[in-house]
Amino acid sequence: MEGSNAETELGVSVGSIRITDVTQDGDLLTFAITSQKLNGSAGVCVFRTYDDFDWLQQSLFSQENLPGLQGIIFPPLPSKAFPSQSNTQTKTLKQLGFLALGQDWQSYCKALEFYLQQVAAHPTLCKSKALDSFLVNSESPGKQRGKKGIFNRLSQAVEEMRKESHKDVDNFFQNERNKNTNVASLSKVATEKLLDVVMTEQKLALACGHFSTSLHLCVNQDDADAVAFSKICLKLSDIIEAVKRNFEKVASNNLSTLGLGLDLESRYQEAEKEMLFRRTCKLIELETVKKNTEKAKANKREVMEAFQKAVEKEFNQISSVAKQEIERFHSSRVNVLQNFLIGWCEQQLNTAKEFAELYSQHLEACRNMYLD
Amino acid sequence: MAASSERSPPPFPDSEEPELLEDSDDGADAFTGTSISEMDSPSPDTARPPKDIFNDPPEDIFNDPLSNINSEPQKKVDTKIASPSSDEAVDLFSDPLDDDSDVISSPEVQNPMPDLLSEPVEVPKSDFKGEPPVQKNATRQQEIFEDPPKTSSKSSSVKKAASSELFGDDDDEEDLFKEPPKVGTKKPQPSGPPVDVFTEVISDVKVKPQVKDDPTDLFAEEALSAPAPKPSASSSSRTNGVHSEEQDLFSEATVELSLDSPHNDRKKKDAVKPSVSAPAAPAASSSSKAQSKTLEELEEEESEDKFDLNISVTNPEKVGDGMNAYMAYKVSTQTSLTMFRSKTFTVRRRFSDFLGLYEKLSEKHSQNGYIVPPPPEKSILGMTKVKVGKDDPSSAEFVERRRGALERYLQRVVTHPSLLQDPDVREFLEKEELPRAVSTQALSGAGFLKMLNKATDAVSKMTIKMNEQDVWFDEKIQDVENEEQHLRKLHVMVESLVSHRKELSGNTAVFAKSVAMLGSSEDNTALSRALSQLAEVEDRIEQLHQDQASNDFFTFSELLADYIRLLGAVRGCFDQRMKSWQRWQDAENMLQKKREAEAKLLWANKPDKLQQAKDEIAEWEAKVTQYERDFERISATVRKEVIRFDKEKTRDFKKQIIKYLESLLNSQQQLIKYWEAFLPEAKAIA
Repeated sequence: MEGSNAETELGVSVGSIRITDVTQDGDLLTFAITSQKLNGSAGVCVFRTYDDFDWLQQSLFSQENLPGLQGIIFPPLPSKAFPSQSNTQTKTLKQLGFLALGQDWQSYCKALEFYLQQVAAHPTLCKSKALDSFLVNSESPGKQRGKKGIFNRLSQAVEEMRKESHKDVDNFFQNERNKNTNVASLSKVATEKLLDVVMTEQKLALACGHFSTSLHLCVNQDDADAVAFSKICLKLSDIIEAVKRNFEKVASNNLSTLGLGLDLESRYQEAEKEMLFRRTCKLIELETVKKNTEKAKANKREVMEAFQKAVEKEFNQISSVAKQEIERFHSSRVNVLQNFLIGWCEQQLNTAKEFAELYSQHLEACRNMYLD
Repeated sequence: MAASSERSPPPFPDSEEPELLEDSDDGADAFTGTSISEMDSPSPDTARPPKDIFNDPPEDIFNDPLSNINSEPQKKVDTKIASPSSDEAVDLFSDPLDDDSDVISSPEVQNPMPDLLSEPVEVPKSDFKGEPPVQKNATRQQEIFEDPPKTSSKSSSVKKAASSELFGDDDDEEDLFKEPPKVGTKKPQPSGPPVDVFTEVISDVKVKPQVKDDPTDLFAEEALSAPAPKPSASSSSRTNGVHSEEQDLFSEATVELSLDSPHNDRKKKDAVKPSVSAPAAPAASSSSKAQSKTLEELEEEESEDKFDLNISVTNPEKVGDGMNAYMAYKVSTQTSLTMFRSKTFTVRRRFSDFLGLYEKLSEKHSQNGYIVPPPPEKSILGMTKVKVGKDDPSSAEFVERRRGALERYLQRVVTHPSLLQDPDVREFLEKEELPRAVSTQALSGAGFLKMLNKATDAVSKMTIKMNEQDVWFDEKIQDVENEEQHLRKLHVMVESLVSHRKELSGNTAVFAKSVAMLGSSEDNTALSRALSQLAEVEDRIEQLHQDQASNDFFTFSELLADYIRLLGAVRGCFDQRMKSWQRWQDAENMLQKKREAEAKLLWANKPDKLQQAKDEIAEWEAKVTQYERDFERISATVRKEVIRFDKEKTRDFKKQIIKYLESLLNSQQQLIKYWEAFLPEAKAIA
């Protein structure tokens, strides 16, 4: 979640990663991804499907020889979109939220783009070979399906309830877990509510459109009075049309800035939660091992102690990585949110000004309208 | 009188003399106006048998001059009176125009009196053949009787009261005896023969000191008030024959005095007795075009001063408890129109009073082709909520909505130049206590709609039957129907717009809350503060949306609802016109049948029944002429009304659109303020 100033070891410029195009073929979305090395070589453009993204994520999860891998907050990958369903259908909306809105999957692309940038900006993950091959190889890497990572979400969900409330040995993590649970749910709610707002704005824009169109029905050129009235109706139609565009603009502003920001925030909170959960799992494992070691008979004690040490070491590594990650996460998320908020505010301000100007023009025109 | 002769000296003798010649009028008749005899004659017809008048000679005398003053010269009634003094009368009454005193002092003046005395018996009877515009007279009289107390503070009150009684006399014996002195006291002095009669009368009545002067005063008053109220008075009589103004009595007199100018004459006649059959009037031969033109001119004149009348309906207040509770509204009027007692006044009215006003108005005016603005429907559901619920926001909205609708309703009524003149309107605005309106149930919700639908059906049925000669109407009826459909459609759209706005406002509020929560559990202080600021901004935006929702509602939704109702009234007008056409056609058919019958009689050589058949033909011919004129008149009125309605509609919509734009602009400016205030907060996060 860091800005574009971060460099990767591969020399990919984070800011240059862009999803420039998306094509839809039935249920399959293909994204055109361009990126550029920092050393100034020509840009590369590759075509990837969602499966490729999924492969990348799994590869990142299952990297070997990385101590404390489980302590990393992995950038969240948006869930899979099913474009054959209309993108306003309730199911898709529920699943994707904001990402389902916007024309031609724009917000979805934005979210994927953001995901890639975050991976490339991550100090550890950027070193992954998988990322390099994802961005550069013209061959689609998704075909060689990576093995399901150690972090299977499904199995997680089952255990979650049981382990989530497990008391932590470390106050820092205990606090972080509490806060995370709280913020994650709140940001999710806020995102949903903003989504409602945006949906309503779109409905309003639609209603305005209907109203504006229907006003044309009243046009009648029979006599002078009818012409005058028609003039009024057409004027009103124009005005309602302007109101409609205003709603559309406001809705798209909400969507493209604060909406995406809140969505990202809520998904990142989830990602942090997952990381904390993995750590908690490790903690529980460690505690079990400790208990077993104590109970173990003398002949097996040595083996157990060695095992316990290994687990303890692993846990400590995870914890230390997790601490760094959490700090990094907190500082960057404030930045990201700030950027979204500022962008949002500026856009809304501009829109408001633009339409205030437009309305006052209409008002002037209306007042000067000659009718009789 | 002097005034009138000054105003129109040439037409006076010109028009009078031919009439006299043609009609061989009684002298008194020559000295005529139309309205009073017309007014008077039907009222005895309905309210009191004519015998009253004739039983009592003195009454008769005093009735007669009055009715003479006003009675139309061309009445067939008059033709029956073989007046020996008719020639004299011409001199008599053309002379006095120059000088009131002449009338009074001239010995000749009394000459017609005995004549009248001797023969009046037939006069009214034949008069009464005409079909009475009953209700009009009734209301008029009622109004006349209410007048005196209102004006009693004025010095001229006695005269006014007296004169009003003169006009409304037949109902009240006392009135009859009060009047005479004024006419009688003066007249007997110089006169010889009729003294007996008059002295007899005088002895019956207590003569006040000033009574003596009254006649002159009366005339002076007439002369004085003559020029000023003329436009409004004459137009008021034109509109419906119901005289609402205080000066009515005098202005009426004025009109009568100047009746001899053909224009006024016709206006008067048309206005006062639209449905009275007074055919064979030589003066009535003018085309309806010329007539409608003068009407338009009159309206133009009037439209200039009609705007100085502001009505507001405020302070809805629940009166009583439980299911007997009702809402009372304060109706405040601010005006400089002279027809009202004062410049500002306030009354309290309840909803059924508004409905009652509508019923009265529609009963009187819709048959003449006027578009009577309909009031908001009764809403049993809404009102029950108000009665039961205490501070339910939806019932508050209901009350506010109804208040607005009532206000617009009243404003529409008073901007109608003809309805403004109606005494019921004035009474509604001014009078402290109104008699409780009854039977408004018929107008409640569904019933009202049903009524409209019925009207619609009737119209559509009749359209098939009616062979429309007038392309304008043909197109207009179609237009109105289309327009109503469009407006209904638009209304649905606006309703959905409003409900979406409300939804947006609700969603924004929820979002604001969740942002506030998010802010409160945020660690980063700057971000936390920014989020709570954001929550506040969203709260304000929610308020904006809410305001805008009610703006949308009150500017467009209600406007459209009003016009859907009004279009119903417009169709009602077309309906009335159809009815009138139908009546004309029926009469035409009947006449045809009578003629055929006559032909058969001729063929069969049955002279005994021939006369009856001829009479019937004459009667039906008269009816056909009358109905045709009625139809022409109602067509002209409807046409004028629809044009007025279209203009009004355009103006109304424009006004609302400007209002709407202003509110939109205002919202945007508020938004700009909010965002501008929030931007530094967002930037300060870091």
